[in-house]
Amino acid sequence: MADMAADRDEPGTAAMARPGRFAEFWSYFRENRGAVVGLFFMGALVLVAVFAGVIAPHSPYEQYRDHFLQPPVFIEGGTWTFPLGTDPVGRDVLSRLIFGARYSLFIGAVVVSVAMVVGVALGLVAGFARGILDAAIMRIMDIILAFPSLLLALVLVAVIGPGLFNAMIAIAIVLQPHYVRLTRAAVLGERTKDYVTAARVAGAGSFRLMFRTILPNCMAPLIVQATLSFSNAILDAAALGFLGMGAQPPTPEWGTMLAEAREFILRAWWVVTFPGLAILLTVLAINLVGDGLRDAFDPKMKRS
Amino acid sequence: MLGFFLRRIGILIPTFLGVSFLAFMFIRVLPGDPILLMAGERSIKADRYQELLHQHGFDRPIIEQYGVYLGQLAKGNLGVSIVTKKSVLSEFLTLFPATLELSLAAMIIAVVVGVPAGMIAAVRRGSIVDHGVMATALVGYSMPIFWWALLLIIVFSGWLGLTPVSGRIDLVYYFKPVTGFMLIDSLLSGQEGAFRSALSHLVLPAIVLATIPLAVIARQTRSAMLEVLAEDYVRTARAKGLAPRRVIGIHALRNALIPVVTTIGLQVGVLLTGAILTETIFSWPGIGKWMVDSIFRRDYPSVQGGLLLIAMIVVFVNLVVDLLYGLINPRIRHVR
Repeated sequence: MADMAADRDEPGTAAMARPGRFAEFWSYFRENRGAVVGLFFMGALVLVAVFAGVIAPHSPYEQYRDHFLQPPVFIEGGTWTFPLGTDPVGRDVLSRLIFGARYSLFIGAVVVSVAMVVGVALGLVAGFARGILDAAIMRIMDIILAFPSLLLALVLVAVIGPGLFNAMIAIAIVLQPHYVRLTRAAVLGERTKDYVTAARVAGAGSFRLMFRTILPNCMAPLIVQATLSFSNAILDAAALGFLGMGAQPPTPEWGTMLAEAREFILRAWWVVTFPGLAILLTVLAINLVGDGLRDAFDPKMKRS
Repeated sequence: MLGFFLRRIGILIPTFLGVSFLAFMFIRVLPGDPILLMAGERSIKADRYQELLHQHGFDRPIIEQYGVYLGQLAKGNLGVSIVTKKSVLSEFLTLFPATLELSLAAMIIAVVVGVPAGMIAAVRRGSIVDHGVMATALVGYSMPIFWWALLLIIVFSGWLGLTPVSGRIDLVYYFKPVTGFMLIDSLLSGQEGAFRSALSHLVLPAIVLATIPLAVIARQTRSAMLEVLAEDYVRTARAKGLAPRRVIGIHALRNALIPVVTTIGLQVGVLLTGAILTETIFSWPGIGKWMVDSIFRRDYPSVQGGLLLIAMIVVFVNLVVDLLYGLINPRIRHVR
C-alpha cells in the first residue's frame, strides 16, 4: 500500500494533474472488459430502480387472485401478462424484482456510506493519536471481527428488532472495522512522509492534516473496499431478509422474496430462481467493477 | 520465538474480555425485564420479584455482575437454556461435531478443487482455461449461498431425486454417536446402507458451504502462484533443466502455498457464517441452526453462550494461523 502511494504526485500538483489522472485511470479501467460490463449493468440497474414505477408492468403488491403461481412466459401455461410468472399469492414476479432493485441499491448505498464515514473517521483518529486511543479503537475492532459477520448482524437485529432499517445499521456496524484497519494502516504509512512533515511545519492543524493532506492519498484502497462492502451489504441484507430478520413481507426485497417462496421450491422453481438470480447478477456486477478498480488503481500489479 | 508467541497470545486477553463483555451485555440490553421474561405468562408478586432480582444478582452494579459472569465462565458454566433446561455448554458440545463435520467436508472440497484450479489458471495464464477458472471463481465468490442451496435442492433433490433435503441421515438408521461424525459413526455401526445415507445427506450442504472458500482459495492460489513463477529461483530451476512439472509442482507450489494457508485459516469465519445459512436450509443439526433457532425462540442464554463460544473458536483459529505463519515465515516474527 505504501509503495502505491509513493509514486503519486505531490499534493501541490494534484489539482493540475487531476483531469489527466482521470483519463489515465479510465484507460486502465477500460481495458478490463468485465469491469466495463459490470459498470454498464450497474448503470442499467440504477435506471431500472429510478424508473421502476414506469417500467414495471404491475404493482409489486397487487395480488391477482386468478393467477397463483403462474409459470413464466417461456414455459407452457405462461402468459405475457406475467413474463416471469407470479408468486404464491398472485403477485407479478418481474414487477417485484424491478422494485426490489430499489431496495438492494438503497441498502448498499446507505450501508457503505455509514460504514465508510464512521470507519474512516475512527481509522484516522487511531492512526493519528496512537497510544491508548489507538489501542482502544483497534481492540474494539478486533472484538467485532471476532464474530462471524452474519451472526453478529443477526444478533444485533434480534436485540434492536427485525426490519430493514435495523438490518442496515447492523450490517454497517459489522462492515466498518475493515475501513478502520485500512485507513489506519494507510495513515501510518503516510504520516512520516516528507509532504506531511512539510504541511505540519507550514502550520497545518490536525484536522487539515487528516482530511486534506493525508486522506486523499489513501483513497484508492478505500474505494476498492467500498465496492467490496457494497456487494457484501447486499448479500448480508438478503441473507437477513431470507432468515426473516431483514425487510419484512410484503416488501419486494429480493432476500425476503426468496424466504416467502421457499416452501414452493419443488412446485414452482421460478419463484425461487429469479430473485436469487437478481442478487447474484447484481453482486457479480459490483465485484467485476471492484476488480477493475483495483487493477486500474494499481497498474503495476496488473502488469507484473 | 517465544516472545513472538507470548505477544500474540497477550493481544488475545483484551479481545477475550471484550467478547465476553459483549456476550454479557447482550442479555442486559435486550428490551424487556429479564425477571418478567423468566416469569413468562404468569404474573409475579412484587416481593418475589425483588427476591429473584437479588437471587440473580441483577440488583448489583453492572461491573460486579460482569465479574460474577466471568467467574462462572472460568468454571465452565455458560448458563442454562430457557427452552431445553440443559446446560448451554453441553448443548453446544453435542451439536458442534455436526458443524465440524460439515465444515471439514466443505474445506476439503474447497482445497482439493481450489488449489489445483488456481494452479492451472496461473500456469496457463491468459488461456481460455485461466479465464474460465477466474470467471467461475468470481461467480462463486458473488454467490448468495442460501439461493445456491435452494437451486441445488430443486435440481438434485426435486428433479433428479438423488439427494435427501434435510438432516444428517435417514431415520431408519439409529446408532449411538461415538465420534460425533456421522460418516465415521455410520461405518462403525456396521449397518448396511448407513454410510451411503450419511454421505448423500452431506453432499449438498458441503458443496454449498464450500462454494465461497473454494472461489477465494482458487483466486488466492492463482495470484500467489503468478508471483512465485516470476521469481529468480524458479527461472534458475527451469534453466538447470528441471522438468516443468517438477518446477511448478515442487519449487513454485511450496512457496505459493504460504499465503494460501493463511487464506484457508481465515475462511473459518466465512464457514461459520455460511453454516448459519446452510444448516438452516438443510435442517442440519449443528450450531448454526441452533443459533438461529435460539434467536427465534428467544432462548437468550443459548444465544449468549453460543455467541461467546463461536467468537472464541474464530479467535483461537486465527491465533493458530498467525502462529503457524510465524513458524513458516520467519520474517513475520520480527515485525513490530
